[in-house]
Amino acid sequence: MTTVTATIRLRATESRRELAAGTFILLGAIDALIFGLFSHPGNATFEFSISGSGVQIPAVQVPAAAVCYAVGAISVAVGIWRAIVEPSRIVKRVAIGVVLVCFLIALLCWADAGDSTAVNLVNLMQQSFAQSIPLVLGALCGCMCERSGVINIAIEGQLLTGAFTGAIVASGAGSLVLGLVSGSLAAGLLGLMLAVFAITFLVDQIILGVVLNVLALGLTGFLYDRLMQPNPDLNSGNTFSAIKIPGLGDIPIIGPIFFDSTIFLYITYALIIVIQIGLFRTRWGLRVRAVGEHPTAADTVGIKVLWTRYRNVVLGGMVAGIGGAYLTIGSVGYFNKDISSGYGFIALAAMIFGRWTPLGSVAASLLFGFSAQLAVVLSSLNVPLSSNILLMTPYLATIIAVAGLVGKVRAPAADGKPYVKA
Amino acid sequence: MSDQLPPADPPADPGTTESTKDASAHGAVATTESPQTGQAGPGKSRLKLTGDTIIEAITYGSPAVITILAIFMALVVSALLIVFSDPAILHAWAAFFNAPGQALSMTWHSISTAYSALFEGAIFSPSTIANAFHGGPIAAIFYPISLTAFEATPLILTGLSVAIAFRAGLFNIGANGQFVGGAMVAAWLGFAVHLPAGIHILVCVIGGFVGGAIVGWIVGVLKARTGAHEVIVTIMLNYVMYNLLSYLLGTPHGLQQPHQSNLVAPAIDNNATFPHVGGPPPQANIGFLIALAAAAGVAWLLSRSTIGFQFRTVGANPRAARSAGMSVERSWALVMLVAGGLAGLAASAVIQGGGPPPPLTFNTYGTYGFDGITVALLGRARPWGVVLAGLLFGALQAGGTAMQAATYPQVPVDIVEVIQGLIVLFVAAPPLIRAIFRLRAARGTGLEAVAKGWNG
Repeated sequence: MTTVTATIRLRATESRRELAAGTFILLGAIDALIFGLFSHPGNATFEFSISGSGVQIPAVQVPAAAVCYAVGAISVAVGIWRAIVEPSRIVKRVAIGVVLVCFLIALLCWADAGDSTAVNLVNLMQQSFAQSIPLVLGALCGCMCERSGVINIAIEGQLLTGAFTGAIVASGAGSLVLGLVSGSLAAGLLGLMLAVFAITFLVDQIILGVVLNVLALGLTGFLYDRLMQPNPDLNSGNTFSAIKIPGLGDIPIIGPIFFDSTIFLYITYALIIVIQIGLFRTRWGLRVRAVGEHPTAADTVGIKVLWTRYRNVVLGGMVAGIGGAYLTIGSVGYFNKDISSGYGFIALAAMIFGRWTPLGSVAASLLFGFSAQLAVVLSSLNVPLSSNILLMTPYLATIIAVAGLVGKVRAPAADGKPYVKA
Repeated sequence: MSDQLPPADPPADPGTTESTKDASAHGAVATTESPQTGQAGPGKSRLKLTGDTIIEAITYGSPAVITILAIFMALVVSALLIVFSDPAILHAWAAFFNAPGQALSMTWHSISTAYSALFEGAIFSPSTIANAFHGGPIAAIFYPISLTAFEATPLILTGLSVAIAFRAGLFNIGANGQFVGGAMVAAWLGFAVHLPAGIHILVCVIGGFVGGAIVGWIVGVLKARTGAHEVIVTIMLNYVMYNLLSYLLGTPHGLQQPHQSNLVAPAIDNNATFPHVGGPPPQANIGFLIALAAAAGVAWLLSRSTIGFQFRTVGANPRAARSAGMSVERSWALVMLVAGGLAGLAASAVIQGGGPPPPLTFNTYGTYGFDGITVALLGRARPWGVVLAGLLFGALQAGGTAMQAATYPQVPVDIVEVIQGLIVLFVAAPPLIRAIFRLRAARGTGLEAVAKGWNG
């Protein structure tokens, strides 16, 4: 039996190695043969600073085709190396990173070659970060819940609730901070509903998540028509303004990307660190994971299983609520029906893609945020590609990644199973 | 039947809480045992047995009773929502002690107007019967119910799509993407190909099935070959399909209507539209019959065929299925193919129904796929349960639109979603309904074993 499992595992590693190497070489070939050969003659221009802020860095011009050939060659080399050597985990990840960055450089060179508009990389990154905030917070909410053994499909509903409550309280009470807090609390309340029905009434958690999404969509839509439409005062569209961190915010390139944004980005940083360290480096996290993997064992050593789950689900909801509030009072200001438009589902996918770890989820969320923003940037350039095709790429890339590179994922063992004391 | 008294009120002294806990635990054990002791003895007459069965069904809360009570509760909660979101009524309640009649009558008026409009829009309106006696059109009596069937048609089909995947242990959030796949093929066959009447309908319906089936099959094959989680893949494919649809609708040689800058496809041929059953459109059409036939087909597939048996076994326990020699991978691919096809049929019902049907646009898919999840859950992933659930939700949809038009200040049609969500929530939590209506605890009647966790 053991030998059989070992053989299967070995075979899986073998095939994964071939697949990874093949993908790298394929991407390298696309870099060189498609982007390189078919690029317009001329240079690609990249800008590294936002106009009128801090230190200006001169724009860089590079010969597009030559760069494409170069990065293509690098990717192919990495692919061949990957096929021969079985490197350690960290080196594998670095290799993936290198190939992806090469692909990106080739793509941008091809798109911008001979174009008078420059690609502003700082702006691209800044917007990607902003776009990723609700995804990151939603995915973190998923990690909080599922690590303790409660499946949360209601992230979408929690984002929507946070967005609605944030907008209506911020407008009604005239205080953005109050809006942020109550948006978070309202989504926490939805989390509490999830907890009560899943943990106390033992309702199937997938059903519950779907139902809570429908309820949140219906309720916010109903109240929007009923309350906000007749009184525009309740949807006034105020937003938080950006806070530049003194010192750090003035660093070229890094400053505008990481340290010059609304309070939401800073809250997100804090939550990523707290949840990652909390789950994997503290007693609390050990207990949460124990409850999510083997509740009976956790109960035997005296951990309060149900209480742990209740706490995590409600706290997770509050995290998602902040992400929801970002959608209204952090970016566009106004609430609209279905403003979360599927972010919660993408966050769910990001969490699974990130294998139920906070950092993995964050990386996956950033991937979505970045690709969405990249599509926006590319469609402003003179690219012979429809914006719809560009918008499709992050989702296609995810499917390919999930199918080819990540493979079968494993959820916490007790995820979705209610705990009943024997 | 053991008549356990409820545990005594907890005493104020915190030192004795331990004994109270014991008492309640004992009570719980006694109540779970009671159904067995309450079974009618074998000596009783047949008539008595039937009577007992009915009484037992009501007092213990059979699935049907729980569902009815759940609908009732959902309507009550929604009524509260309608009342307390109306500023005028809130003002009247603020002045309750000055004019109690005012507050009560306004509340009653608001609820009764809304719900009678809902009922008349969905089932039948008494005024049409009165009109029929005075020479009005008889068909008008059946108009609301026909509208309900019309609204229910795509919901039943997407509900079946989600339900059959559930039975094989897969969670299909991608019925919307599969719907788009079916819609593109059905619409293209509808306007680009010209065929005689009956054949054209059939070709489009089959095209819709195939279009959806391909999208579903991709999910199943990826899951079978690489282990890619179907939830991620279906969510991602939804967005891929939405963007593909927008792209094709914006491409002159794709699906875009000639000389048109909007994202609209040409209208389909008259030969390809479903004939409807009298009265003004939108009306029930043969799409509804296709939905019923699909339900019968799924029921046959699941309960009478080898493939269906494999689906159910794989859904119940993939390891057992594998050791029994079944191909789990093949079942996954096949069930997603069928699920996608059913979602594609829903698209064909929308594209070809409601004569003259509106042409395909970038948001024709709406939320049919997501509503299908709720329908499948309420129908307990059983084909005929899905039909009933689809009809209920169709009725709410048809009635909700009528309600929005008939009320002032408007009761937005979004309330329908709240009602639907609440119904499924209450049905999924029988202990809650039992607690509210003081029913006795009984065997599991919830929505258990429908959905599965991530690890399958």
